[in-house]
Amino acid sequence: MHGPFSRQNLKATLLKGYLPLLIATLVMVLPLLWMIISSFKLRGEIISMPVQWLPHSAYGGNYTIAADKVPFARDFLNSIIVTFFGAGIKVVLAILTAYALVFIRFPFKRVVFVLILVTLMVPPQIAMVPNYVFIVGLGGMNTYWGIILPGLASAFGTFLLRQQFMTFPQSVTEAAEIDGASHWKRLWSIVVPISAPAIATVTLVSIVYEWNDYLWPLVIIDDPHMMTLPVGLTLLQNVEAGSSQWGVMMAGTVLVIVPILIVFAMLQRYIVSGLTQGAVKD
Amino acid sequence: MRRRFGRKHAREYLTFVAFVLPNIALIAVFIYRPLISNIYYSMLDWRLGSATAKIVGLANYVNWFTDPGSLEVIRITVIFTIATVGGSMVIGLALALALNQRIPGTAFARSAVFAPYVLSGVGVGMVWLFIFDPTYGALSGILRLLGTSGPDWYLDRNWALVMLIIVYVWKNLGYAAVIYLAGLQSVPNDLLEAAQIDGAGGSKRFFKIVLPLLSPTTFFLLVTIVLNSLQSFDLIRIMTKGGPLDGTKTLIYQVYEEAFVNGRAGYSSTVAIILFVVLLLLTVGQMRYLERRVHYS
Repeated sequence: MHGPFSRQNLKATLLKGYLPLLIATLVMVLPLLWMIISSFKLRGEIISMPVQWLPHSAYGGNYTIAADKVPFARDFLNSIIVTFFGAGIKVVLAILTAYALVFIRFPFKRVVFVLILVTLMVPPQIAMVPNYVFIVGLGGMNTYWGIILPGLASAFGTFLLRQQFMTFPQSVTEAAEIDGASHWKRLWSIVVPISAPAIATVTLVSIVYEWNDYLWPLVIIDDPHMMTLPVGLTLLQNVEAGSSQWGVMMAGTVLVIVPILIVFAMLQRYIVSGLTQGAVKD
Repeated sequence: MRRRFGRKHAREYLTFVAFVLPNIALIAVFIYRPLISNIYYSMLDWRLGSATAKIVGLANYVNWFTDPGSLEVIRITVIFTIATVGGSMVIGLALALALNQRIPGTAFARSAVFAPYVLSGVGVGMVWLFIFDPTYGALSGILRLLGTSGPDWYLDRNWALVMLIIVYVWKNLGYAAVIYLAGLQSVPNDLLEAAQIDGAGGSKRFFKIVLPLLSPTTFFLLVTIVLNSLQSFDLIRIMTKGGPLDGTKTLIYQVYEEAFVNGRAGYSSTVAIILFVVLLLLTVGQMRYLERRVHYS
């Protein structure tokens, strides 16, 4: 076998191997780089023609202007609160349900499972108007619980963890049962620690989802101080109708995109395996 | 082993209910209840926020099916779905082949390709809106360097749709690429080597061996990306708001627009039910097909 870098292969490797990779990477990375670069440009640099690709110096004014038009600090906090509780509660409920579906005896288990599974097919947008009427009726407009509550009804985590728990060595839980450990105890001291990677994956996917969720917060929030970041960002779009304010808008966009990009960079292995779960049979 | 009936069973059942109830209650209230409410709402002439509503039976459905605008919404939804699904899958497969080489640096490229998939649709839409800006955008800057100018992405309804499709594919193709990559890695190497010894060229090996072996992956992607595409909302709302001249108004966007822009909650529920039926038929159809496939493999 010839190694990829042996002399006769070098040219072919560069041309057929690296060229497509390089193009793909650039196409994916450049728009994000453009966003970051533009957020540090002066207004004159944004509207200069021909396009001035790089700023002379890193100008931070766009961030202060953005923060002036939209309460981004508050929106950031809102996003963190909504993501923390939304993802946290969802994962705990999923763990409990998945455990019950696998380890507890109950006559209608199959029916319960199917009822949960079917919901994977219902897009949240279809439930939007009835849930809106319901939550507004309960006084949930412009509240954290109004944003969080409907999203807690999710089948994805339950389904994924159930599949994971099914592969669990029965002998371990049976031994604990003989020792008289309650289900509650078995769940938290045996099943959860051993399934930590799967739970981490489900948690991360939930975090990504909550952080980016847009449609529901958009309809249930109209007070700028209660908005999550994606909704706040569109407020900036409405204020800055003139397209010459792109620098300010890119500054706001950086605030929405970069946090999840950092999370992704650190934990991408888990996120990828979670989002692609079920795609490939093992 | 048979277990005694009685307290042990009762305890077991109670624990099950306690563990499952919160989740099931939420699902019942926020997913099943809305589905049923929607059927009722869809038969109302009712404005959002108004306390009064008039029952109009199937009038909303009749209106939707006789409105020539609906045909246009369907046409745009179908074009958007086919183009985004086709684009993501074809480019995704090409990328997966590029990423499947045993050369250093693929790990970084893989992350770069997948990253847009986890980003906020609102943020991504904003970045690309700037890139497509007819006067100050990077794209028009590049085109001007090449001595030409691009179409009017913002004002031409056909080009606006093309713009949305490009951005959607950019954002979501990492998903197809990563799943195809996993599929490619399960293609047995000795099969390819044997074909090579038999003198099969690169493209022949790809079309005769790799592609057929990938067909379960292709099918899985088709199911998930079609559903995902039909639910795509963020990008449309940020980049075009369904316009210009309704040129990018898809079914899902119509559900939102009728309720929260035009205030016609009853009519919006009608569109939601129609969308749900479309999704249901697609899913059931795909599952029946999938069942047949599973027996073969």
